[in-house]
Amino acid sequence: MSKQEYTITVYTENQVGLLTRIATIFSRRKINVDSLNTSPTEVEGIHRFTIVIDEAEEVVRKLVRQIEKQVDVLRAFYNTGEEIVWQEMALYKVPTDEIAEKVKVERLLREHGARAVVIRKDYTVFETTGHREETDNLIKVLAPYGLIEFVRSARVAIIKASSGFHAMLREFEERDPGEGIAENEYLAQNQQVFAM
Amino acid sequence: MPNTLQLGNAAAEAPALPQISGSEALMHALLHEGVDTIFGYPGGAIMPIYDALYDFGEQMQHVLVRHEQGAIHAAQGYARAAGKTGVVFATSGPGATNLVTGLADALIDSTPVVCITGQVFAHLLGTDAFQETDVVNITTPVTKWNCQVTDAREIPAALAKAFYIASSGRPGPVLIDITKNAQLQVFDYEGYTPCSHIRSYRPKPIVRRQYVELAAELINSAERPFVLFGQGVILGGAEAEFKAFIEKSGIPAAWTLLGLGALPTEHPLNVGMLGMHGNYGPNVLTNQCDVLIAIGMRFDDRVTGRLDKYAKQARVIHLDIDPAEIDKNVKAEVPIWGDCKEVLPMLTELVQPRQHEAWVARFREFAAEEYKEVIGPETHPQSEVLTMGEVIRIINEQDGGEQILVTDVGQHQMVATRYIRLNHSRSNITSGGLGTMGFGLPAAIGAALGRPDKRVITVIGDGGFQMTLQELGTVMQYKVPVKILILNNSFLGMVRQWQELFHQRRYSFVDITSPDFVTLASAYGIPGRSVAQRADLEAAVREMLEAPGAYLLEVKVGKENNVFPMVPQGCGVAEIRLK
Repeated sequence: MSKQEYTITVYTENQVGLLTRIATIFSRRKINVDSLNTSPTEVEGIHRFTIVIDEAEEVVRKLVRQIEKQVDVLRAFYNTGEEIVWQEMALYKVPTDEIAEKVKVERLLREHGARAVVIRKDYTVFETTGHREETDNLIKVLAPYGLIEFVRSARVAIIKASSGFHAMLREFEERDPGEGIAENEYLAQNQQVFAM
Repeated sequence: MPNTLQLGNAAAEAPALPQISGSEALMHALLHEGVDTIFGYPGGAIMPIYDALYDFGEQMQHVLVRHEQGAIHAAQGYARAAGKTGVVFATSGPGATNLVTGLADALIDSTPVVCITGQVFAHLLGTDAFQETDVVNITTPVTKWNCQVTDAREIPAALAKAFYIASSGRPGPVLIDITKNAQLQVFDYEGYTPCSHIRSYRPKPIVRRQYVELAAELINSAERPFVLFGQGVILGGAEAEFKAFIEKSGIPAAWTLLGLGALPTEHPLNVGMLGMHGNYGPNVLTNQCDVLIAIGMRFDDRVTGRLDKYAKQARVIHLDIDPAEIDKNVKAEVPIWGDCKEVLPMLTELVQPRQHEAWVARFREFAAEEYKEVIGPETHPQSEVLTMGEVIRIINEQDGGEQILVTDVGQHQMVATRYIRLNHSRSNITSGGLGTMGFGLPAAIGAALGRPDKRVITVIGDGGFQMTLQELGTVMQYKVPVKILILNNSFLGMVRQWQELFHQRRYSFVDITSPDFVTLASAYGIPGRSVAQRADLEAAVREMLEAPGAYLLEVKVGKENNVFPMVPQGCGVAEIRLK
């Protein structure tokens, strides 16, 4: 079972304490969370967690079932990088005099799609958004020019195959929902085993 | 009088809503949910609730325990014996933290319990106020669901949700933490509406017939099918459906520790217990069956032993109401996500009536060998020292399997569950998943109050009894007719057994001395007797069983007896040892 990066998307009720409940599912199993973001969704009152971990699929599948089992969780999905569109934002604080003196730095930043958010006499803060490799690369590039501080946001991701949560929520609100809601996706996957 | 208010949708006709406090709303919620017994202990932050309870003494019995752990174990015993949701009251801070062990126990053993804890005033939250502790966060990993209420208007809905969640799907413990201001706050009471739907919660799936058909096909083609059943059968109230299924299919069935009682122990297709101290045949033949049918059980490590040596030859069907259990430990070829009560009749309809005589006979052969090597010597010992097994045999002879058996944790638990005869479901109450020493006595109190028509016997070791013996006070105060049987081997026996077998007999801190249990009981007004001679044993057991109220019987058994068979840790089930 080889590990790889998975992005877990969790649709939840907006409930105090749910963050702890979900976090302990990972910490209890000594699994490090690489990135965690909570956000509103297109549906009012529904929250969305985006969690990134590096684990084997077998482990991720079990974790997702444990998450989905929580009373206030509507649905949880896991995806590989290819199945999602994702971005992370990073901020870089660099001494302003270095940039002003060296035109090269300015050019490097442009090449990396960074833009200045704040420019002060003593420092400038740049922002860039992209994949992990891109934001990481810029650290390397800026290091020789006295990078003072760096911070990266959690990942936000959209599942390519998803058609949003509006329709799904209507199903959830039904007492007798369709099969898509009343069954776990793994059962459908298992079906393929028998189709052979 | 608040307790004469019309319940339910009183608001519909009346223009002015009744004004009641949060605490009174809580009482109405409990009455609506059919609560007749509350186990609890008062304290500062829950006083308004206790004040409201004062007016409801005729509708609900409050049992004052001696420690909050006793309250929750009693509620568990009550829930498991009566098939209802147990209810606990505790105050903030230490009162609430004392519930943690019971919550963990109830979660892992799927027991429906609703705990109400008092909390400091909302404006004091987070200030390290007197008896303030972050109960919701402390209990998050050990509850099915929990929440804090800081406004009285939220109390009816929170309670409705709590009872629904605790008892539906795979049951479990729920905790509601109510701040003191919410308990006191007077509000416009709109009545109580029970909860039957939460959009983010799907307690029961729609059973897909297609999987049931696949399972039936597999069962019909099997030569050596084997059924493993757990507490899911009992929780689903599917004992009759289960019996019908195995009787039609003719499949031998073995139980997990918590599944004991779902099928009468004397049923011809009941081949015994699974797991570490289970029976010989069920363990060995797990690795020889061709189709393994797991029903309402979760393949705990004490059942499977080493997973890479577990039933590798078998095609596995796994029926469970909790989808997170399917494929968790053992991969299922046919997963059936569903309620036993619903799925088993579907399956019974599709399976062919069969009798696997030769296959069932193999279980009998192993049973005969186990009897010769272990069961005979344990239940009819030739040695001078008394054994735990012979005590259980005498109970069987005198009671005939009609009682409720409540066990604590350790050697006596394994011996009692191995040898007890049980004719009825919900008559085996034990701490299985968590293995909580000290569970026995308080759980027996709850069981006796939940099933006053039954005789409740609790079998406890000398170690476990000393963990919660303060509940003798509860037995005394409420005249709870529990029969307390202490099997005293003057050791923490199970740990000693492991030290003997796996730690070169280095008996590290397992030598435990006990008080004079009979004198102790008499201080609580409980009659009792201590027995060390075989000649006195039968009469002593009879005296205990026939005592009109509570009774304590101590039996001094052999100090260094071991529980066998045993699947040593790290071994496969087929490597089970008879000695």
